[in-house]
Amino acid sequence: MISEHLVDLSRLQFAATALYHFLFVPLTIGMVWILVIMESIYVMTGKVIYKDMTRFWGKLFGINFALGVTTGITMEFQFGTNWAYYSHYVGDIFGAPLAIEGLMAFFLESTFIGLFFFAWDRLSKPQHLLVTILMAIGTNLSALWILIANGWMQNPVGAEFNYDTMRMELTDFWSVIFNPVAQAKFVHTVSAGYVTGAMFVLSISAWYLLRGRDVEFAKRSFRIAAAFGLASVCSVIVLGDESGYTVGEAQQTKLAAMEAMWETEPAPASFNLIAWPDEAQQKNDWAVKIPWVMGLIGTRSVSQQIPGILEIKAKNRERILSGIEAAKALEKLRANRSDTEAKTVFELHKQDLGFGLLLRKYVTDFDQVTPELINRAVDDTIPRVTPMFWGFRFMVGIGFLMLALFATCAWATLRPYSGKRPWLLKWALWSLPLPWLACELGWFVAEYGRQPWTIYGVLPTHMSVSTLSVGSLYGSLAGFVGFYTVLLIVEMYLMVRFARQGPGSLGTGRYSSEPALADAH
Amino acid sequence: MFDYETLKIIWWLLVGVLLVGFAIMDGHDMGVGTLLPFVGRGDVERRVVINTVGPHWDGNQVWFITGGGAIFAAWPLIYATAFSGFYWAMLAVLWALFFRPVGFDYRSKIHNQRWRSTWDWGLFVGGAVPPIIFGVAFGNLLQGVPFGFDDNLMSTYTGSFWALLNPFALLCGIVSSAMITLHGAVYLAHRTEAAIAQRAKLAAYGAGLVVLLGFSAAGLWLTHIQGYVITSALDPSGMPDPLAKTVVREAGAWFANYRHVPATILVPVLGYVGAILALLLLRAGRTGLAFIASSIMLTGVIGTAGVSMFPFLMPSSTHPNASLTVWDSVSSHLTLGIMLWAVIIFMPLIIVYTSWAYRVMRGKVTDEQIRRNAHSAY
Repeated sequence: MISEHLVDLSRLQFAATALYHFLFVPLTIGMVWILVIMESIYVMTGKVIYKDMTRFWGKLFGINFALGVTTGITMEFQFGTNWAYYSHYVGDIFGAPLAIEGLMAFFLESTFIGLFFFAWDRLSKPQHLLVTILMAIGTNLSALWILIANGWMQNPVGAEFNYDTMRMELTDFWSVIFNPVAQAKFVHTVSAGYVTGAMFVLSISAWYLLRGRDVEFAKRSFRIAAAFGLASVCSVIVLGDESGYTVGEAQQTKLAAMEAMWETEPAPASFNLIAWPDEAQQKNDWAVKIPWVMGLIGTRSVSQQIPGILEIKAKNRERILSGIEAAKALEKLRANRSDTEAKTVFELHKQDLGFGLLLRKYVTDFDQVTPELINRAVDDTIPRVTPMFWGFRFMVGIGFLMLALFATCAWATLRPYSGKRPWLLKWALWSLPLPWLACELGWFVAEYGRQPWTIYGVLPTHMSVSTLSVGSLYGSLAGFVGFYTVLLIVEMYLMVRFARQGPGSLGTGRYSSEPALADAH
Repeated sequence: MFDYETLKIIWWLLVGVLLVGFAIMDGHDMGVGTLLPFVGRGDVERRVVINTVGPHWDGNQVWFITGGGAIFAAWPLIYATAFSGFYWAMLAVLWALFFRPVGFDYRSKIHNQRWRSTWDWGLFVGGAVPPIIFGVAFGNLLQGVPFGFDDNLMSTYTGSFWALLNPFALLCGIVSSAMITLHGAVYLAHRTEAAIAQRAKLAAYGAGLVVLLGFSAAGLWLTHIQGYVITSALDPSGMPDPLAKTVVREAGAWFANYRHVPATILVPVLGYVGAILALLLLRAGRTGLAFIASSIMLTGVIGTAGVSMFPFLMPSSTHPNASLTVWDSVSSHLTLGIMLWAVIIFMPLIIVYTSWAYRVMRGKVTDEQIRRNAHSAY
């Protein structure tokens, strides 16, 4: 049997490398459009300051992009290296979006990023702008395809189990692409990236303005970031992927967990603004409720019910019982493909096979399943409520904080510029870490909330790993921690150094520069 | 559009095309990375070398990423079994590749001798290590590797990382490294002038000699290595199930395809012709044509491994019946068909805009250019 220890270490390594990768991706996705905006203004007005803006912010973009690429290759490898059974079991569906991501998106962004940096003197202004736009499209398309893959993990549509090949196989490619969960995730995630890009430019520009440096440059950057940020943060909140949470059971389970909804309330359900979930008793010790709100934002209706945790568990118990039948029949079928009786039983229960496989965590032989083990498997189907509940609330809270900031900044940029508003600039500066926090929390809520599954209802996390030794996992984990720590230090050092040096680092002679740092070229 | 059997063969060819594409495109900048500390003397020269691939390496690396994605989509069992089985080898490739994005982008951003020299060696590692490991991997595939499946098709690999480093595999690693070095050197000779181009040419002659000798030695050695043969009836258009066949090991089996289809002998011949032509054209100063010749060499040598083993992809030394082949490691008919369309639509576009990017950046990279763009060049 696969050891818990191996599964935990594999999860830890994936989570750590994915969260780390996700420090760089949102900034890339958002900042690339800010570069497009700046360069478009340059092409339309011919003012060289906008070209300098594109190039300077592009420099910081490049420093970030390098680590995005570095840590992205890890993700591409890791399904195979550490999640071999997963790769076999769902590669028929999951591999296709990853391959298309390479063909359609990575080639585009990676080819044109080279021209973006090195072809300023070799292309006409509109040609170079086109390069920047293609780079932006490539970057955003990669988010689309990876979220189609991820959306399928949450809501596995358009696929069916094949007992001959012992895996899930594609039946309808279009429903995988137009999976509503994937579409909601895509819009939400790229918008979060746009907010990250906007905050980055806003905060650093605010710092220049506070110090009274390169004011014309910083003022214009600040204005673009404020407007872009306000639009994006509205999009994140309005198109928050709560809209996708009622689609499919995985999302319903996640919704119930992150809202700490133990009982099913009559529609429209009330919203637990704050609560103290007690997992052992399966209730909230206390809660501040707002009537109707949950039903409205969750279902966009007043009549549709949202199932609570206890109802979901009762349903999952049925599915586990049915899944055990499917798993037993499958074993017979694997031994003898022409066993028609087993085949009939299997066809009857196969939609619950994944639920039966949850018991593989405890037994190798399904005849040893006891009612006590079934209870444990039922409990396993709900992710832990407390981290989900608070993770979600911190993310949303940060979202509204950023809305307030961007709205105020946008308002301020519409007023005549009368010197600086230090309070606002300081607020903008110190808000710099917020979008990263929100993005990481969002990743956590979405992926931790999917547990105990890698593919909801189809493949338990426990079965998905590679059969590696625990020692190998400790070794690779140590390697990743070592490499990623050094890379982060190097990246932060360069980022801070160039941000402090400002547009003077372009060496055009048009901007001020910190004298002590002026050697950096 | 195509029946299942045809699609399985098409995908064997397509993965081959992607691997060869990777070797030609990312291979030349890995070769440049390998040569960097040796052909560039002093900071400006090093920057010249780096900037020959500076605008392109990132796009080229996508051949590798897409190759991985295509294997995941088309041969999920290969992706699962090979990546997890070769765990430490894959991590070594991955960690070596870490040095490239940061090496290229960060190196020249700080004016400090030690900083820059550290990243130069980082770029060397990122260029030199992956081709060696890929060669070693092919060397092991040709001998078979120890893995098997349980009833649920969960794979277990029983070998160690050190066992991969056997003499034949190391020879394949040397051939692979020499090919990539030759290819990178030819590219450098094309894109640089004077002293750097001269040193690159010398490196190319050396590497070319190693390729010719090493490829021949590996071929002779292979006659003493047992290949694998499917002995049971097998329906090529059937459901992929790697446990449904019987396989035996047999001396000379890796040469059977050349006997059955004599025209395939052209594939190894292309390897020799490409290498020799590349060296002759380089001597004649026709560096552009030499690059095409070294690309032909890569096609021939990589193709030789593929043709020798066909239909095997990953033979198992401990459980030969569980060996993975083009017939039973593949995705479903539908997925192979959709992925074929994706390649048909996007590959021509990729080739067009990549060519355009090279055209925009064409010409020699010179010391003078580096000095003029000291703030923006790599």
